[in-house]
Order: sequence, then C-alpha cells, then structure tokens
Amino acid sequence: MTSASLIGTPVPELPGEPLRIAGQAFTSRLVMGTGGAGNLNILESALRASGTQLTTVAMRRIDPAAGGGLIDVLNRVGVQVLPNTAGCRTAREALLTARLARELLGTSWVKLEVVADDDTLLPDAGELLDAAGQLVDDGFTVLAYTNDDPVLALRLENAGCAAVMPLGAPIGTGLGVLNPHNIALIAQRASVPIILDAGVGTASDAALAMELGCDGVLLATAVTRAQDPARMAVAMRLAVQAGHAARLAGRIPKRERALASSTPVGLAEFGDRS
Amino acid sequence: MLLDVPVSATDVVVLGGGVIGAACAWRLARRGLRVILVDPAPGSGASGAAAGMLAPVSEVQPGEEPLLRLGCHAAQGYPDFVRELERVSGVVTGYRRCGTLAVALTADDRARLAENRRLQAGLGLTVEALTGRRCRDLEPMLDPGVSAGTLIPDDHQVDPRRLLEALRIAATAAGVVTVQGSGTPERVDEALAGVRLDSGTLVRAPRVVLATGAWSRSVVPAVRPVKGQILRLRMPAGEHVLRRTVRAVVHGRDVYLVPRENGELVVGATSEDVGLDQRVTAGAVHDLLRDAQALVPAVSELELTGTTARCRPGTPDNLPLIGPSVVPGLTLATGHHRNGVLLCAVTADAVAAALIDGEVPEGPVRACDPRRPGPARSADIVTTGRDTAAAATAGRR
Repeated sequence: MTSASLIGTPVPELPGEPLRIAGQAFTSRLVMGTGGAGNLNILESALRASGTQLTTVAMRRIDPAAGGGLIDVLNRVGVQVLPNTAGCRTAREALLTARLARELLGTSWVKLEVVADDDTLLPDAGELLDAAGQLVDDGFTVLAYTNDDPVLALRLENAGCAAVMPLGAPIGTGLGVLNPHNIALIAQRASVPIILDAGVGTASDAALAMELGCDGVLLATAVTRAQDPARMAVAMRLAVQAGHAARLAGRIPKRERALASSTPVGLAEFGDRS
Repeated sequence: MLLDVPVSATDVVVLGGGVIGAACAWRLARRGLRVILVDPAPGSGASGAAAGMLAPVSEVQPGEEPLLRLGCHAAQGYPDFVRELERVSGVVTGYRRCGTLAVALTADDRARLAENRRLQAGLGLTVEALTGRRCRDLEPMLDPGVSAGTLIPDDHQVDPRRLLEALRIAATAAGVVTVQGSGTPERVDEALAGVRLDSGTLVRAPRVVLATGAWSRSVVPAVRPVKGQILRLRMPAGEHVLRRTVRAVVHGRDVYLVPRENGELVVGATSEDVGLDQRVTAGAVHDLLRDAQALVPAVSELELTGTTARCRPGTPDNLPLIGPSVVPGLTLATGHHRNGVLLCAVTADAVAAALIDGEVPEGPVRACDPRRPGPARSADIVTTGRDTAAAATAGRR
C-alpha cells in the first residue's frame, strides 16, 4: 500500500474503552505536539493522518489572535487545543502563561511544563509540583509533564492533576523509553491517566509505552521531523493502537527455553529414527 | 501629492515598496507601463531587516522541492540581475559570491548536519563534507569545538538595504512615481477600480500588484506574519572575523553570521508565530549572541550596532504567492517568507510577464500560482468596494 493510499484510508479505532481525561472521552490515544514541522501544510496533513483529537501548542511561541497560523490549522483539523507552558522555568511563569492561555483560547486545560535548563529540558520537580498545586487551586485541568519518577508522579496525582505525563527520554532525543520499569510502575500505581510524553523516536517506542500500561502517548518531533511526516503519523497511530491492544490481550510469559506452539504428535517421520 | 499624477495615466499601482514591490515597479516601468508605487515608509518592513543570504541550498527542507527549484533558478540569475541593477542605479549592492559554510559543534548537531547533507546531495545539490580542522582552515576564528562542516559553494549574499536603495533609484529612473501612504485594492461591481488610500483618495488603475509582505494578510488571509529578530555587529576595520556566511545548528537552534565587505556582521534570526509584532526581546538578543559566540568566540569583542525585529510574510506551504489572483486585475507578489531578497527578480519578471504578456512564464515560478489548491485556501481575497461584500471568495476546493 502506498503512503498516499494509507494516509487517505481512515484507520478504524479498535473497539474498547476511550481514553478519559477529566471526564472527557478521546477515542484516539495519541496526543500530538506541533513543534518542528517544516511548514503548516505538512503539519496539517500529519495531524490528520495521526487521527489525534488533542494537540498541544506552546503558548510562548504563538499569538492565537494573529490568525492564519497554527490555531487556524488546529481548528480546521478539528482537534482540541491543549495549551502548554513550554519555556517556563518557574512556577510563577507557568501560572501566568496558563492564565494567558485560558483567556486567549477559552480553555482551562493546560499541559504543565516547567523545565530546569536548555540543555536537558528536564522537568524541575520542585517548581513543577508547586505550579501544579497552584493551577489546580485556580481551577485548571492540569496535565503535568514530569520525569520518569514514580514518587513524583504520585505526588502530582495527589496534587490534583488530571493526567500525569512521564517522559520516555528527554524532549526531542528520540531515545525511546529509557526506564521501562519506572514507566510500568507509574502506570500500575496511578488512578489518573498516564500519558508517555517525550522521547518517542519511532513506532516501536510508542507501542512499548502502551504495552507498559500507559493510557496514551504524546509525541511531536518523531512525526514532524520525520522524512515523511504524514506517513510516520500513520505509523504512530497504528503503534499506539497495537500496543494498547497487546496490553489488553495479555502477553504470554517469557521463558528461557523454546516451546513448540504445536505438539509433535502425529507428524510424519522420515528415515531411520532408531 | 496625488494631484501631480494624472489619474488616467496610471496603468498599474504597486502596493508595497520593499524589495519585492520595488523590483516589480522597476520591471513594469521598464517594460513601458506607467506605475505608481504606494508605501507609507518604503523599506521599513522585512526588506530592511533581512540578512541577505541567497541560500536555497542551505535552507532546503524535506518536502519543499518546488521552493528549492525556484530558489536555485533565482540564485543562478542573480549575477545578471545585479549587474544590470548596479549599472542602471549606480549603487553597489554588496553581492558577494562567497559561499556558505554550515558547521556543527556537538555530536547531535553533527548528526543533523549530516542528515541535511544527505538531503542536499540526494537532490543533486553541490555540497562538500568537511572535517572540523578543514572548517577552521577556511575560517580560523571558528571555535575549536567545531567538529564538522558542510561547504555550500553556491549560496551567496547581498546587502538588502543597498539592494533596496538600488531598486528604488532604478524604479524612479524608469518613471515610477512613489506615493507615501497605505492602501487597499478596491473593486466596483466586480471590476478592480484601483487602490483606496487610507486618506480616502482612490488611485484609479486597471491593475494592482500586491506586495505588502506581512501586511498582505488584510487582503490575502493565507499570509501570516512570521517575526524575525536580527542583530548587527561591527567588525574592526581591516579585520574580518569571517570571510563567508557561517551557519549552524547550536543545541537545535538555527543561527547564522553574515559578514559584509563594509565590516558589518549580521547575526540572525528568530522565527516566531506571534503576529505583527516588531518588538526586540531580551531573550532573542541573548540567545542569538550566545549561539553566535559559541561558534565564533571573538563575537564578544565586536560592537553591537543594532537590533531589529520585523515580520516576514509566511504561507501555509512556505511558497510565495506570485501571479494573477482570483480577482481580475489583482496580481499577487507576496508570501516570500525568508526568501524575498533571493526571489525579488524572478518575482518581478513573473509579475511583468503576467501583466503584459498575459501569463507567468514556464518554469519553477509557476508553482507559486496564488490559485493553487491548499488547505488554507490561498486563493481567498479580501478587497474593499462600494457594492460588493467585503470578503469575496472563489476557487474554494
């Protein structure tokens, strides 16, 4: 099947429970970011191909009132806009950015991102927890981008976050899920949705995250900077579905030695086996 | 001032006096049309801020081959264009065939450089992989940490401010009359009547060329402003820190340094989707200087002579809008984004051919047809008019 025909064909969502965040249902478990696309047309075709229903946008890099830009594309594709606080280093900045987003975009949902430095873009745990509490108190539905730390993930949940979004690897690295054990532990212990955010490089990374028990996957660069973004968007959509289905289906236990899938009884014998 | 111009004597009004509008006005007048150019402050937009890189090879992106073909076509014609312009205007444009060196510091940035090089080579473009040592042989002031590079011999530079001055002199010499003001194309009963100035005056003309850059958005909603911030530094007399344009990705951020023969060193540029905003921000100046200094430590000793923020006209597919619009008589020459300086001559030639010969000539500029299909409906046009709706739409998919 060619890329064009694959992209043109709607990929049906597998039957099953939708992803629910703060009471809202999403049949697609793939959340997309918008950074890194070469141009708006490429981004638009990738978003459509991904089947995403929720897409995050950096408030510090856009002016929603300007028109003709990213927000128009998202409206045309018909996805819910999830403003994020990318670029914020302090809880205070994140709070101000979230309030600006609420005013300009008319949504109280925010993807909270408070990073410590430019080199790693890793979350600053102290500021993150502080900001999460303040935003929840201010009436926001908070989806918190965090480290792959099971303790901090629970703290964020207890602070009232509607979803917790641990990283697979640092933003933009494409290194995959570096600590699968921690991601699985976070997913096991959580009672809010866990969405793997950042680090996905290719489709198998997204599938693995779902197999580990995540409720969804957020990615941007892996699609927008791929050679063929729309085709990679389709791959990610299928990978998230495949990983989720595999998780629900229940994988077989791993064994040390081989075990034939069918018994040898009744097979023809050739030559002298005595 | 309008009274000096007999209204019946105008063949075409060019809206916008940046490099695109000035080049169109010059070419149209040279081909015998009576041209009025309308601009509130010619050269105050993106043209006056541009770095002047003529860099279709350096800037190529996956999936943007039509823009690459157009850019290469324009770059090939630049020497002839500049030679004629300099002869007519008497202004030296600062066109330098110096090539471009793209370098990388870290392993991550080196990988990205190599990926770009594969893309460029795969498209048949001339690029040469260099070791860090070889990069520093070419440009000894590069940081010792530069570990790899790509030499792009065909990407050159021009000084956009001088280019614009030359174009305006050439246009005036060819008979173009400049009117200071802002205006909007106006229709009466579906026919183009001319341009309505903000002062209320109607400049009558059967044809209008829209070349208002980021401000085109009020007429062509598919165009959006993309803010760019840029720095100007001064190199000590006789001590050129760099010989050729140097660009790099530093920790994932693009930065370039363009040295001019007159000692100016231009450092740019940000790319921000924040609307029509011309404020210089502390963070952008800091980031540009930090990244420039990481590449060339001696930058810290240079005089910082200016900081500028201007808006480029972006389009959904990064291709400009060049040629007839859905409104008869209204020709577009806008949406050039990062490539206005490179594309001004091919745009002006196409616009002149469209207006005078009736069609845009064969070649890569045809990909810029404003009526091309696209999700953002580039074809939508908004004009003012006595008895038409403010928004007239045609060519919807």
